[in-house]
Amino acid sequence: MLSLLKGIGVILRHTFHRRETIQYPEEKPKLPPRWRGRIILSRDPDGAERCVACYLCAAVCPVDCISLQAAEDETGRRYPEFFRINFSRCIFCGLCEEACPTYAIQLTPDFEMAEYERQNLVYEKEDLLIDGLGKYPGYNFYKVAGLEIGSKKKGEAENEAPPVDVRSLLP
Amino acid sequence: MPPTLQSLLIVFGVLAAALTVAAALIYVERRLLALWQDRYGPNRAGPFGLLQVVADMIKIFLKEDWIPPFADKPVFILAPAVIIIAVLMSFAIIPFAPNIAVVELNIGLLFFLAMSSMGVYSVVLAGWSSNSKYSLMGALRAAAQMLSYEVFMGLSLMGVVAMAGSFSLRDIVEAQRGLWFCLPQFLGFIIFLIAGFAETHRIPFDLPEAEAELVAGFHSEYSGIKFGMFFVGEYLGITLISAMIVTLFWGGWLGPWLPPAVWFFLKTFIFIAGFVLVRAAFPRPRYDQLMSFGWKIMLPLSLANLLVTGAVLLFTGK
Repeated sequence: MLSLLKGIGVILRHTFHRRETIQYPEEKPKLPPRWRGRIILSRDPDGAERCVACYLCAAVCPVDCISLQAAEDETGRRYPEFFRINFSRCIFCGLCEEACPTYAIQLTPDFEMAEYERQNLVYEKEDLLIDGLGKYPGYNFYKVAGLEIGSKKKGEAENEAPPVDVRSLLP
Repeated sequence: MPPTLQSLLIVFGVLAAALTVAAALIYVERRLLALWQDRYGPNRAGPFGLLQVVADMIKIFLKEDWIPPFADKPVFILAPAVIIIAVLMSFAIIPFAPNIAVVELNIGLLFFLAMSSMGVYSVVLAGWSSNSKYSLMGALRAAAQMLSYEVFMGLSLMGVVAMAGSFSLRDIVEAQRGLWFCLPQFLGFIIFLIAGFAETHRIPFDLPEAEAELVAGFHSEYSGIKFGMFFVGEYLGITLISAMIVTLFWGGWLGPWLPPAVWFFLKTFIFIAGFVLVRAAFPRPRYDQLMSFGWKIMLPLSLANLLVTGAVLLFTGK
């Protein structure tokens, strides 16, 4: 019985507490930098797409909202022919970002993507691709990968030793 | 002003005031609950969200008024009207100011008790005619709860009647000129307050509509304006009980400086806010706890209160 009266006292004191509500459209909440919001595709420092169309994001996606088609240009560089994310299915779990070997797919602190039509929530590659580096500046997958593309031969990548000629006995 | 016109003005004034207050309570309760839960509540429609009342009313009027095919149709339609009628009838006897009351009944208090008993019919009929298990459970609970709490609701008021020597509410208020009855009848006030919560089935006595176990209790099957009538009936009940508490224990319209009607509304609003505060603070008890609390604690207390009041009045020879 006494505890109930105490409870009334506690509630009454809340009259003078600060209200926790954030008046949303006028007052934006402060999102942490690692907030898992709208997904983007980033570019490397040279301005080329980072995505190498390895399908890992599509494979790991628990709701199968990512679909893409790999293609290869004349230098042997892989890129997605199309890259589609259905945001009406996406649960913003961030597994695609964790799976991505090239830091291409990233989640950003933006959640204001409401639409009146469901179809408008299907984002194509041109909607997803941004002109920046996202959260990982300076990283360029093809500069560090030991893969031969275009002008970059084997052994020319950063921190890569020249290839060993296994048929030669010379040291 | 001719007396007929004056009484017509009072009748429709009281009716309009009661309904307006009840409608405004939809907004007031939400804002007060929000205040005590550190939120804002409805603050978008109009200044301070005041137009929320209008929005809510438009919504509830325009909703589909669906009667379930398995319901007992005439009773189903009648039930929500009963509670509104019963509560609005009770407003007729409340003296808002020395000369503002719809009727001056010399059995005003008994009339109030009778009308609040009529309110039980609404709940029981609603639950019974809905033909659904949750509604029936809610109605059973409501019937048992309201009947048992009505017993000592009436008994708790007998101390006031004994002190004032009259059942007329105006005489009761006039008898409080020296000292408001909340002091000598403090126990009676507390008991009536608790019984009032049970009568209006508000938290902590809202077991008839316990949404955790009974969906919405006796009004599970109601929609649209019929649900709205139960809703407004509940708020009318809160207003009525608050007005009765003020009239019987807190000196009614009595008070210095301000006009009598203003005092009455101020005091009533404080008790309405108290109803909301209790809703913000209290949990809902178990059903057997509710019943044993009523019969084992409140009833003996109210009898003791009546006994002591009678003895004191007898020995002081008033």
